[in-house]
Amino acid sequence: METEKPSTLRRFMPLIIFGVLVVFLGIGLTLNPREVPSPLIGKPAPAFDLPLLEKDGRFSEQDFKGKVTLLNVWASWCFACRQEHEVVKYLGSRGVRIVGLNYKDDPADAKAWLARLGNPYEVVAVDRDGRIAIDWGVYGAPESFLIDRDGIIRHKVIGPLTDPEKVEALLVAARENGMNELVTVLTDVRQKIR
Amino acid sequence: MIPELGHFALIIAFAVAIVQSIVPLIGAARNDAAMISMARVASVTQLLFVGLAYAALTHAFIVHDFSVLYVSQHSNLVQPLMYRISGVWGSHEGSLLLWALILSIWTVAVAAYSRNLPDILMARVLAVMGMISVGFLAFMLFTSNPFERLFPAPLDGNELNPLLQDPGLAFHPPMLYMGYVGFSVAFAFAVAALLGGKLDATWARWSRPWTTIAWSFLTFGIALGSWWAYNELGWGGWWFWDPVENASFMPWLVGTALIHSLASTEKRGVFKSWTVLLAILAFSLSLLGTFIVRSGVLVSVHAFATDPSRGVFILAFLVVVVGGSLALYAWRSGAVISYGRFQWFSRETALLLNNIIFLTAAGAVFVGTMYPLVVDAFGIGKISVGRPYFDTMFSLVSIPLLLLLGLGPLVRWKGDSWQRVLKSVWALFVISLVVGLLLPFLIEGELRIATGLGLAGALWVTLTTLKDMFARLAKSRRLPLAYAGMVIAHLGVAMFVAGVTITMSYSLEKDLRMVPGSEYDIAGYSFHFMGTRKAQGVNYDANEAVIEIWRDSKKVGELHPQKRVYSGKSNPMTEASIDKTFFRDLYAALGEELDDGAWSMRVYYKPLIRWIWLGSILMTLGGVLAVSDRRYRQSVKQKISDRLSPAGA
Repeated sequence: METEKPSTLRRFMPLIIFGVLVVFLGIGLTLNPREVPSPLIGKPAPAFDLPLLEKDGRFSEQDFKGKVTLLNVWASWCFACRQEHEVVKYLGSRGVRIVGLNYKDDPADAKAWLARLGNPYEVVAVDRDGRIAIDWGVYGAPESFLIDRDGIIRHKVIGPLTDPEKVEALLVAARENGMNELVTVLTDVRQKIR
Repeated sequence: MIPELGHFALIIAFAVAIVQSIVPLIGAARNDAAMISMARVASVTQLLFVGLAYAALTHAFIVHDFSVLYVSQHSNLVQPLMYRISGVWGSHEGSLLLWALILSIWTVAVAAYSRNLPDILMARVLAVMGMISVGFLAFMLFTSNPFERLFPAPLDGNELNPLLQDPGLAFHPPMLYMGYVGFSVAFAFAVAALLGGKLDATWARWSRPWTTIAWSFLTFGIALGSWWAYNELGWGGWWFWDPVENASFMPWLVGTALIHSLASTEKRGVFKSWTVLLAILAFSLSLLGTFIVRSGVLVSVHAFATDPSRGVFILAFLVVVVGGSLALYAWRSGAVISYGRFQWFSRETALLLNNIIFLTAAGAVFVGTMYPLVVDAFGIGKISVGRPYFDTMFSLVSIPLLLLLGLGPLVRWKGDSWQRVLKSVWALFVISLVVGLLLPFLIEGELRIATGLGLAGALWVTLTTLKDMFARLAKSRRLPLAYAGMVIAHLGVAMFVAGVTITMSYSLEKDLRMVPGSEYDIAGYSFHFMGTRKAQGVNYDANEAVIEIWRDSKKVGELHPQKRVYSGKSNPMTEASIDKTFFRDLYAALGEELDDGAWSMRVYYKPLIRWIWLGSILMTLGGVLAVSDRRYRQSVKQKISDRLSPAGA
């Protein structure tokens, strides 16, 4: 008769491995699962060419050049966009150039939405089937991209701009890239949403 | 009023579960018959109250009681009855209630079908299941009450996610949960055996049918989910290596290892502590599956619930259940004595190798799913492990697995001569390899090694399995159901592998811009786009394309892919249309309307894709057949005296 007596280490091994995993799970849990940094940071804006919502004409990535732009991805069906809209309007009123990317939306709904809530956008590009948004790595609305005057993406905000932490991160990115006017405006925004 | 009764029933069930998890254990320790008998009473009472709570929530859905927050979030006035009933488990709170209900059902089933079990063991098993129930009911009552009221009540509710309004997905969670929760039985038996300090082979015999049936449910549930994704997501894929899918696949892999390991332990008394560990692992991964899906630790296309407080609760629960059972294992397994002996070339070795392969696969999925999380925890960055990793891992694992699957059942227990086995199968091996490698050449006039090996593997498993079956039939005209179940399940694996190999190698897909009247040829089929028309369902409006399929100037079918807009939602959903036959699927998904009546469209040709699900159904069926075997219905006590383990073990 063969006897098999597991050694102490062998008996405790499963428990030890489990303990290590729990630590990781615990740390993972305290992090925000939704914020995957964009690989596009520091890269030129992906090429696209979209029709505009309220006027004739088109918008392409070349049109970012010359002025710091905040590209705001929104849709009329998106509840958080409505919350965020007050902040976006404030930014617009302070002279920040904001371009809208209307995401998977019905143009009629989008127009009605802007008519009701106000339109801070210089132009709104229409991404009806969300195909351009895929190139931009958008996985929901709202999201906002900070693009510098050379058309390079400098920061991505996932979720509404009503969140102080997100505004803070955007502020840091604006400061690092020497966008002084934007820094001033965002500092005021930070005051307001607190 | 009824929702409050449901809430109250849940609280009573919680109290009963506490009683169920404590009193019988004390009874078992003191050998107090009255306290021991509480286990059965409590489990039935608990089922009654959890059932009441479940009925109350279902009722709220059916009568459109939008004053219940959960109901208003997941149903509206126009939602069909079937999806109001399935809406109960459409999201977090309700699916926990379903979990608890299924757990109570399993518990009562164990109590009812194991009348021959020693009372003390029974008391321990039911107590352990009661503890799991305490955890789930507390989770619900403290963090996710499905009966929470909404004031003022809205006139209409939000709709259940239209993606979830599909028969495949309506039944996917219950099946999956039947599997997940079913592993709690094996877990409870293992823990009860550890508690009793008597870890002999008999616990394997008792828990084996329960584990096999749980595995069958899980297999079927995963297949349904895959079928749903294929039908509903409109990407033409059947498996995405999504964390939510992986969460159900890991318990399946370990569960598969477990049912094979249980066979060794039951028949030969070997690998006892290993099997206990697998039982703990399978159930832990089921809990982890719930954790991953419900806490939002991982980003996923399924994106259900994201709420850290719930995540913390589940993590604490995991620590207690898994940590507790592993500590118990560390404490008690020192007393385990294995008395089975076997030679290196034997069925035992084959089953051990099976276990190693399945655990390697589970480990690979675990690493692929959790690695991004670990990287994140260290703050190194965020990455996601993609399809190529998983596909490569599984191609590597499947070759030894298929080879072993063909050989294993032919090798005798205890020890066999490898010359004998080799002599009986070398011809089949050569035939499989040659035919398998030649097939791609015949299909396409092109040699493809990977495809050829996949087909050779499927052929090898089929031939060896059939050979063994005929050899047995020649000896006795009747096959035991357990053996027949194994044969069918293994043939299912072969069918699955053939389906995966062919689909992955020969599928065609094309993104098209089509104007009415235009046509496109793919794999010998001609898709004629006839135009679009308006269509209407109970709760949606749709644009429907009419596509005729022609082959050799004969019309062979018609597809009607739709773009649906559900009431209450504004973004359109794609409803693919599929022409299904045994050998191939033709699949069309409607994109967006482009200018001048043209539509963007995606068409697929998917050969043998049905075999993937048919193979899974065969595996499920095999499990069900195996459980129906007579020996599991014989008096268990009889069996114990038959195979009494040596004194002291």
